[in-house]
Amino acid sequence: MLTFIARRLLQAIPTLWVVATATFILLRLAPGGPFDDEKPVAPEIKKQIETHYGLNHSLHIQYFQFFGNLLKGDLGPSYKYSGWEVQEIIAQTFPVSLELGIWAFLVSLIVGIPIGIIAAIRHNKPSETILMATAMVGICLPSFVIGPILLLLFSLQLEWFNPIGWNYPGDRVLPIMTLGLLYAAYIARLARGGMLDVLKHDYVRTARAKGLKESLVVYRHALRTALYPVVAYTGPAAAGLISGSFVVETIFFIPGLGPFFVNAALNRDYTMVMGTVLFYAILIILLNLMVDLIQMWMNPRTRHD
Amino acid sequence: MIPKPLPTVLISLATLTLISGCGKKMTNVERGMSDRELYVGIGTEPAALDPQITTGLTEYSVMLAFFEGLTTLNAETMAIEPGVAKSWEISADGLRYTMYFDPEARWSNGDRVTPQDFIFSFERILTPLLGAPYAYMLYSIRGAEAFHKGQLKDFSQVGLHTPNGTTLIIELNAPTPYLLNLMTHNTWWPVHPPTILRNGKIFDRISQWTKPKEFVGNGPYQLNRWRLNNGIHGVRNPHYRKANEVKLNGIHFLPIEPQAEERAFRTNHLHLTSTVPVHRIDWYREHQPERIHFDTALGVYYYMLNTKRMPLNDLRVRKALAYSINREQITEHILKAGQKPAYHFTPPNTGGYTTTTRLPYDPELARKLLADAGFPDGKDFPKFELLYNTSESHRTLAVAIQQMWKTELNIEVELHNQEWKAYLSTREAGDFDILRAAWFGDYDDPNTFLSLGETENGNNHTNWGNPEYDTLIEKAAFTQGSKARKQLFQKAEDILIEEMPVIPIYFYVTSRLIHPSVKGWYPNILDIHPYQSVDLISN
Repeated sequence: MLTFIARRLLQAIPTLWVVATATFILLRLAPGGPFDDEKPVAPEIKKQIETHYGLNHSLHIQYFQFFGNLLKGDLGPSYKYSGWEVQEIIAQTFPVSLELGIWAFLVSLIVGIPIGIIAAIRHNKPSETILMATAMVGICLPSFVIGPILLLLFSLQLEWFNPIGWNYPGDRVLPIMTLGLLYAAYIARLARGGMLDVLKHDYVRTARAKGLKESLVVYRHALRTALYPVVAYTGPAAAGLISGSFVVETIFFIPGLGPFFVNAALNRDYTMVMGTVLFYAILIILLNLMVDLIQMWMNPRTRHD
Repeated sequence: MIPKPLPTVLISLATLTLISGCGKKMTNVERGMSDRELYVGIGTEPAALDPQITTGLTEYSVMLAFFEGLTTLNAETMAIEPGVAKSWEISADGLRYTMYFDPEARWSNGDRVTPQDFIFSFERILTPLLGAPYAYMLYSIRGAEAFHKGQLKDFSQVGLHTPNGTTLIIELNAPTPYLLNLMTHNTWWPVHPPTILRNGKIFDRISQWTKPKEFVGNGPYQLNRWRLNNGIHGVRNPHYRKANEVKLNGIHFLPIEPQAEERAFRTNHLHLTSTVPVHRIDWYREHQPERIHFDTALGVYYYMLNTKRMPLNDLRVRKALAYSINREQITEHILKAGQKPAYHFTPPNTGGYTTTTRLPYDPELARKLLADAGFPDGKDFPKFELLYNTSESHRTLAVAIQQMWKTELNIEVELHNQEWKAYLSTREAGDFDILRAAWFGDYDDPNTFLSLGETENGNNHTNWGNPEYDTLIEKAAFTQGSKARKQLFQKAEDILIEEMPVIPIYFYVTSRLIHPSVKGWYPNILDIHPYQSVDLISN
């Protein structure tokens, strides 16, 4: 097990290097630079500013400097938010995204899995159609539609929650629902598919033939296998959820990392883009590793390699 | 038979929802009233709070709470008033300003604000290594430009000195009639020398000094908390020279995007918004007209023409395009917020100057001009492009104008959009036919608009230049007496509109939602609202 983890972590190094290099190249290929503005600054001043950030060196030197600093754990200063270090921004905003993401993740599992299972058990009955149609609507409605609808209803009409902010426990509800329900819909479909598949298996038929109660058949025998597709999906889902949603964080004015990630690219904030991309890459690698470990625990057949 | 977790989960979620909902009972407006704190929407996160390196209006509006220059602006009339300098003398030739310091002027840590602090600050902003984008705002000081460009190494040669520690003498290259106005701009504000030096060298751009635990300013408020995308909180500065005139205990600046800002305002979570989303304007006009406010702004929206390219190199074509745009229709039916149609370039009443030049709206004449240029009824008119930065509002406007040109002149223009930085880079390279642009005045003087037309101006990407025009603008910069200056600007504006390298479309307004409890927030062209005069009074 430990060798497996160690090997996976070692494999991550070249992956991260490729991600960083590709991002570096793509960024420099994008037209416009970090210090272009509506009111352009005089060329000699722009040169001074670029000197300040080491952009006066040739590209390959910048490239090596970046990796040199990275090894020292220094992501550099943000170009857009002068006075803020990239790691400072991540440290300040990521915990918020993480909190939002974890709650949304739990909501998506708690809502998604039961719906999927019920739908599978009631296969070909009207209730399945209704549940799956609802899930389909959930998948199709993007968060920038669900968010404002929830706001309109629960904040502006019923006045249960604040429309903005992340200061009181109540502020968490609407963003968590917006983000969580979207993923719940995916998970419901996966759980249903998994369960339908499993219920056809011989061992389930055997269980039923033994005269076991249906609920026992479903929960004890079928459920574990039925959830494989869901577990496989939780890696990317968790990464997507906790890395901060630009849309949800903007709609609800939540001080998370999402808006910084997107705006960094728009601002050509080179260091900020490199920093956040690498941060997310590491996050995704770790989460995928975690999912693999969970799968190995759940399914002995995957333990061979 | 049926698994039971679903109902249980739904019930517990609903309970959780209700319980947590109970946590919220007080709105920010109510909280603001009891704590005497103002909640202001500012639209976006400020890039920095260092007055010497920021350039944006958002940053200015926040820093105004934390800094103060030698002179200040009256909140209501925008007249020049004493700031750190309680009085001043201007020599007869206009070349020497003697500023007498207010002994009560204090930094937020209690230190006196001294002329040396200003000299240090001016040295910092003019140090080439700092790379201050707006350092040119100080170029009227003798030697400032040479020092900033590295031709002068010794800062003591720059025309700034203090004979006694309470007086600052500023010597100029040439009379600068709007100097007292310039002093209200953030580039002329002081920074606290010990704080700067404690956090790095004088020229360090990347410094921690604007963080709350380090920050020292000299404005009516003191920076207390700054969390990214969460808010900036300022509290009353007890050492402010007129601390007893400051009415509120604190200000919260919240960087909320416009849609969310409007929702926050509607539910009483903001006293002031930074803008109003266009689709909500009619609703407020109808239902809460007392809460929506429009002020003329010192800004012009225009199309920049590349006068080197066919067929825009033909003056008649440029005029035909300009004369066939129905600006009233645009401002009334598309923009809706009370923007004024622009028939000239400098917004009306900029520094007391309103031009008499006026380009006509005359489709008939436009068609004739186009025919004269060799394109009767738009026949054989070459394809050309209109470029704008990606935004729904620019697109709407471009589509309307595209339609007007099609209807009136029977010519086709292709619309192109580019994301902001790409657009800037295309503009810089001059690789466009027509390009959407905007300009906001840095100070209340026609010079800030008309200097854009100078041949060598970094923002003139039209490839148009006129030596007579350049001479007029240069002359105006050195001319004393407002009447003579206005005549020079008038002549320049005549040339600009006659030769049409730019097509003015409309003059901006600021639209804002203001809670009725906010008092002392006056409309003005610069959209500057000194916070010490703002008060909250419950109705």
